Amino acid sequence: MKRSLTTLLTFLVLLVIWQELVHYGIWSHVLVPAPLDVAKYFWDVLRDGSLLSATGVTLKRLLLGYFAGLVLALPLGLLTARFKFVHDTLGVLALGLQTLPSVCWAPLALLWFGQTESAMFFIVVMGSLWSVLLATDAGVRNVPLLYVRAAQTMGSRGFHTWFKVILPASLPFVVSGMKQGWAFAWRSLMAAEIYITILTGFGLGNLLHYGRELNAMDAVVGIMIVIVGIGLLTDKILFSPFERMLHRRWGTAK
Amino acid sequence: MNATPPTPASAPPKLTVENVSKRFQTERSQVHALDRVSLDVREGEFVCLVGPSGCGKSTLLNIIAGLDQPDIGRVTADGKPISGPGSDRMVMFQESALYPWLDVLGNVMFSLKLKPALTNAERREVARFHLKLVGLEKFEAMHVHELSGGMKQRVALARALAPNPRVLLMDEPFAALDALTREQLYGDIQRIRAERRKTIIFVTHNVREAVCLGDRVVLFSANPGRIREQFEIGLPRPRDINSVALAEHSTKITRALKSHLSSELAEVAE
Repeated sequence: MKRSLTTLLTFLVLLVIWQELVHYGIWSHVLVPAPLDVAKYFWDVLRDGSLLSATGVTLKRLLLGYFAGLVLALPLGLLTARFKFVHDTLGVLALGLQTLPSVCWAPLALLWFGQTESAMFFIVVMGSLWSVLLATDAGVRNVPLLYVRAAQTMGSRGFHTWFKVILPASLPFVVSGMKQGWAFAWRSLMAAEIYITILTGFGLGNLLHYGRELNAMDAVVGIMIVIVGIGLLTDKILFSPFERMLHRRWGTAK
Repeated sequence: MNATPPTPASAPPKLTVENVSKRFQTERSQVHALDRVSLDVREGEFVCLVGPSGCGKSTLLNIIAGLDQPDIGRVTADGKPISGPGSDRMVMFQESALYPWLDVLGNVMFSLKLKPALTNAERREVARFHLKLVGLEKFEAMHVHELSGGMKQRVALARALAPNPRVLLMDEPFAALDALTREQLYGDIQRIRAERRKTIIFVTHNVREAVCLGDRVVLFSANPGRIREQFEIGLPRPRDINSVALAEHSTKITRALKSHLSSELAEVAE
């Protein structure tokens, strides 16, 4: 409680200093919008609903693409870990494509899918797919052989061993891969939204882009804050409980 | 030394190892882990396999467990050839091999979940019974990393006993524990064995431990792994590892082990 109060106060003081620096013209308000301008921007876009709808569009794209990426990546990662042939082919491809920032797929995605949600979806999937696949593969490879042998002596075979031993044993790897995949997907979606305009929906990236066009830095900073907020929230809601559970079970953190 | 065995000699062998050989190919060399090894184990017998590291005693245990296949020879349980691992022969490893994503009770229940005839309530009851047997009934909700090394091995023992196997295969299960914990476990294992009537094959390189636990001690030599000598241990149970009689036995066996070791070296030198 006391610590969060310290954090809150620190940022409050910084905000006041920032406001005064702009107010007295020490920082030009053309270059840096004042906190109060940003607050006013928030008030306006919250009233006309444009911020909420943009956030909705972006989150929908992100969640759809990310979970599709996960659903594809987990079984593919198990396959690369299980079969040498798949590892030597798909595994190598995954390693290569993981290094490619997935916004680089934008030109091809536009060509294949047109200016549609499908193009966005494709870019987000490409962002999350490979790192989750590689993490799953690494996780499975790092499962102690002893776990599997012990399971076999207890009568576990085939799918049972995969789902009850190998998959849970590789969870620490898989979850950190999921987190990395999330970060990649989020970054590539932002880049894609700034870069491409999809007529069926304006996301946060589009708003940021228009803020630049209109030289409305209050809008730009405001949207950046929203993007940071979403990142923090997803970490708290989506991953923190998972990681806490892992730490508790594996005893990996204090 | 050859006192009357604790089980009648007429009992048919529970496990039969016939002429088993096994080689491992490593990058640089070939290891002849087992060379024409034969061994009969009676129902309810406690057999300790002793030898220097690399003598193939663990390999033999893995073959009996069905985790490894022999190159030649065969192993039968109740006259039927062993084709793979099965919960009639449970294994305890040197490391507990408990699963960190399950709590203590969940670990003990793992093998019971594979028995479709049981209801969940029955599984829990069986698991709790075995946790009580190893003295850990109060720790069922703990996570694996919260347990000490000795407690982990007790849970592993409960897990191995839970599906009620007829044979228990133990691969140096106490090697990583401190002496005090180990002595407690010697007592526990003798008590549990007397209560639950198991056939046990126990691998160790600790002669004293073998004499303390075994009805019979089987001496192995390395490179190639062969059975050199067998000793029936007729000491009354429960045995105390610190007793003088036990020390006399283990001195004798240690001497035999050393003489085999030196003759091995002579063989290698030839």
